[in-house]
Amino acid sequence: MPADPRAPAKLSLETLTQGIWKENPVFVMLLGLCPVLAVTNTATNALAMGLATMFVLLCSGVLVSLLRNVIPKQVRIACYIIIIATFVTITDYAIMAISLDLHKALGAFIQLIVVNCVILGRAEAYASKNKVVSSFVNAFGMGIGFTVALLCLGVVREVFGFGTLFGMDLFGPNFQPWAVFALPPGGFFVLAFWLFLFSYVRKRRAAATTLEEKKHAA
Amino acid sequence: MSEAPTMPKSSKLITALALIAMMSGLLVAVTFQVTAPRIALNKQKALEKAIFAVLPEATSAGNFLLQDGVLTSLTAEEFSQANVFAGYNDAGELVGIAMEASARGYSDVVRILYAYEPKNQCILGFTVLQSTETPGIGDKIETDADFLKNFDCLDASLNADLSSLANDIITVKNGKKVNAWEIDGISGATITSKAIGNALNQSANAMLPDLAKNQALLEKKGDS
Repeated sequence: MPADPRAPAKLSLETLTQGIWKENPVFVMLLGLCPVLAVTNTATNALAMGLATMFVLLCSGVLVSLLRNVIPKQVRIACYIIIIATFVTITDYAIMAISLDLHKALGAFIQLIVVNCVILGRAEAYASKNKVVSSFVNAFGMGIGFTVALLCLGVVREVFGFGTLFGMDLFGPNFQPWAVFALPPGGFFVLAFWLFLFSYVRKRRAAATTLEEKKHAA
Repeated sequence: MSEAPTMPKSSKLITALALIAMMSGLLVAVTFQVTAPRIALNKQKALEKAIFAVLPEATSAGNFLLQDGVLTSLTAEEFSQANVFAGYNDAGELVGIAMEASARGYSDVVRILYAYEPKNQCILGFTVLQSTETPGIGDKIETDADFLKNFDCLDASLNADLSSLANDIITVKNGKKVNAWEIDGISGATITSKAIGNALNQSANAMLPDLAKNQALLEKKGDS
């Protein structure tokens, strides 16, 4: 039975975990793929991008949820974008203050968090209808899901593309790095591999549950 | 939705938008104020690191501003306005001058900091400040040993009346270098190699004649 999508969801463990597994923004919903492909050439960049996105997700989720009864429906998208852009600018300054090298590595993709549909999607689909705590927990789960997905790509691409992990040398000087993994095509290859793995595991799990249900019914 | 949504007064919409925009402006302004000193410090550190990277013999640096042919000494706090950085060794002698140069590369402008040695009138090396060149191809300019060998002492001597370089610095095809002022390009990364040559040539032609006229000020180490 489909639940009324406008009704506020109850706060449960599901609120947190749906962003990590069932509705993982990258591997299941295929949202926000631009930074996923662009800044995952090293694990450090991937982690930083994931955390920056998570910060924006959390802050904008809380603020949108707080203001959900104040914002008129007709201008809600404009309001969400202003709120998201504010926190992206704050993140931009914060990263510049933390490390200029990191800022250089992430480049324009920090500013482009504004147009990451994961965040606007959360604001529109969840935070605007739910209480602050639920919105926070949900955004946190989504942020973790996004960060984990970025890390999955970043680790593989850094190990093969540079022979390092978080900047540490893994294979010694004789390793010839596969430069293609550090380049954009490598992003597509690795993403395809992870998507395949993810949907394979999900299919297997779904099949196992149906089998069990049939057994119980018999 | 069953009932048609009723349109609220536009004044209400405008108020809501304006309030949110004001709040966001306030947040951004506060963040900017809080982070500005840290960012300035980081930029200074990054620049200092770059200066000592191109001038390995230097142990201290002085900031100068070259504008309209006049060279003025700046304090350490005014580094952001400086465009000429003199490096000194422990004895306080001038070992080299670091300057910024930029030119269009393959994907965007490449900004470099290069070192000039007035004693031999040659360019000693450079470090990349900002670049979005293709990883594995264009970024070889920082790692390719043959390319970097160009900068052991790249000739940048001035002509007799100190108005410009005696010979323009140009990037030639890989393996075609014959003169001391030519840069042997990287095969496969021609555009980025050329960008380095263009950047150096443009900056050297513009800055070096004026620096030669102000040599005396650069020689002595500032008190700052």
